[in-house]
Amino acid sequence: MSNDGVNTGRRRFLIATTAVGGGIGAVGVAVPFVKSWNPSEKAKAAGAPAKADVSKIEPGAMIVVEWRGKPVYLFRRTEETIGLLETNSDDLKDPENTDEGQQPSYAKNTQRSLKPEIAVIEGVCTHLGCAPKYFPEVEPQPFQENWIGGFFCPCHGSRFDLAGRVYKGSPAGKNLKVPPYSYVDENTVIIGVDEENS
Amino acid sequence: MNKLQAFMGWIDHRLPVTATFEKHMSKYYAPKNLNFWYFFGVFSFLMLANQILTGVWLTMSFTPSAEQAFASVEYIMRDVELGWLIRYMHSTGASFFFLVVYMHMFRGLMYGSYQKPRELIWIFGMFIYLMLMAEAFMGYVLPWGQMSYWGAQVIISLFGAIPVVGDDLVTWIKGDFLISGITLNRFFALHVIALPLVIVALVFMHIVALHEVGSNNPDGVDIKKYKDEEGRPLDGIPFHPYYTVHDLVGIVVFLFVFCFVIFFWPEGNGYFLEHANFEQANGLKTPEHIAPVWYFGAFYTILRVVPDKLGGVILMGAAIAILFVLPWLDRSPVKSWRYKGWISRINLVVFGLFFILLTWLGTQPASGIYKTLGMIGTVVYFGWFITLPFISAKEKTKPVPERVTG
Repeated sequence: MSNDGVNTGRRRFLIATTAVGGGIGAVGVAVPFVKSWNPSEKAKAAGAPAKADVSKIEPGAMIVVEWRGKPVYLFRRTEETIGLLETNSDDLKDPENTDEGQQPSYAKNTQRSLKPEIAVIEGVCTHLGCAPKYFPEVEPQPFQENWIGGFFCPCHGSRFDLAGRVYKGSPAGKNLKVPPYSYVDENTVIIGVDEENS
Repeated sequence: MNKLQAFMGWIDHRLPVTATFEKHMSKYYAPKNLNFWYFFGVFSFLMLANQILTGVWLTMSFTPSAEQAFASVEYIMRDVELGWLIRYMHSTGASFFFLVVYMHMFRGLMYGSYQKPRELIWIFGMFIYLMLMAEAFMGYVLPWGQMSYWGAQVIISLFGAIPVVGDDLVTWIKGDFLISGITLNRFFALHVIALPLVIVALVFMHIVALHEVGSNNPDGVDIKKYKDEEGRPLDGIPFHPYYTVHDLVGIVVFLFVFCFVIFFWPEGNGYFLEHANFEQANGLKTPEHIAPVWYFGAFYTILRVVPDKLGGVILMGAAIAILFVLPWLDRSPVKSWRYKGWISRINLVVFGLFFILLTWLGTQPASGIYKTLGMIGTVVYFGWFITLPFISAKEKTKPVPERVTG
């Protein structure tokens, strides 16, 4: 075959446009494959609100409620531990709760809760998602001498206080998340439903 | 005989069976001085075949759903005839696969098998290693035990460290707001179909690239330099029958060891199958101590030494990525450590020992002295790569012989 009379410019243009057209087609074909990995309607519907009675929780005790497959810790702080939350801000990464995504606006206070004594916090470490363990006692711990109660993650040693605020030197960067919640009545918390008029 | 020859001739006109066999087996000349360390490539191939064969059989009795996965593994272990054996061949086989792959990689480091002209072989090998890690991780999720679940939680959360898109990416990978049966199901699909196809394709290219340039050897000399009058390397022998028979002996010994472990020590004291994984996955209760299987230990330790999530992920990624560029970090004029300077040799031994230390630390809690050791190990790990270009370019090397030394 001779190359005489071949319009190389037009040939290159046709090859380029065909390649671009094919490339756009390939991206289009990829869409259903990528989209099918998103949470399905069934998975989205499974995230219904969860209710819990907090009247039976003794001071210092904790109950765990499942919400959207995640453990939510509900515990009652004592007068002593509420007071101690005011004393440790120098050791914390974010004592002022500046990260808006980690708590609803009505929990943006020192205790990070609607009522100072009742805490509602997601038990999902902000490092790599383990469930931090509850150490409510004010006593020296192997992982911290001046322990004023809080959470210790067994996976990678992140430490949080009883408001779920992360200590400096922890691999976790953010405070534990406070889920949206509100009180249906005096003693019943509903997790997943925001406080109205907030 | 004539009929057989005629038949082969008929086939060869349509499919190059004889030519391919000659190119890759009976007329593929391998150096005659290959030693013990060269068994591990063949062992890796053997373990790949083992994983595929036993894996196919396991899918026949396994149910990939959150409700039934754990029970179906127990069903395989108790009710399927010899199911326990197939399962242990696969689960303990994974540990053996990594063991022989690590030995195979260390062989490459000792004898400079990654150096010019074998850079692509090394890179294909590294992609195989990367895919194997993904394959092993997803496979470990399938039995849906506590460590399956929390291991997956930790590994998938790593993607959350990516700025801006991290959280959405994690949800996309999980296919749910938590690790659920949906995640399990897609990992099953990737583990049994997608990744094995990729791995087999990569192994094919690894071997084709090897046979294009020929095998390296413990002396790191080029055997194609001296050929006889028919063009055959003087220091080479045909792979078949010499190395096929030779490797069969090694395979028999290896299978003795493998079978002994499968029969008498299949869980490897919690190193091959972790104790927490004999309890069904529970999303509300983290096990006391989360540790990866031993073969991920080194990179897990490097992840943990950084007290910052993104920093840890970047450092771990760098620890794997730096292996890919090794062929361009080693600037030594000689390949084999036999002819490198004593600093190179000591460094490689220290590197190997610290990799073992990092691996072990990854299975232990990260506190106190272990954390300090992890930091030292990480510095040594990266230090080896960073100093390599300078040491290999500067140090005095010994003269390399013209022919292999036997």
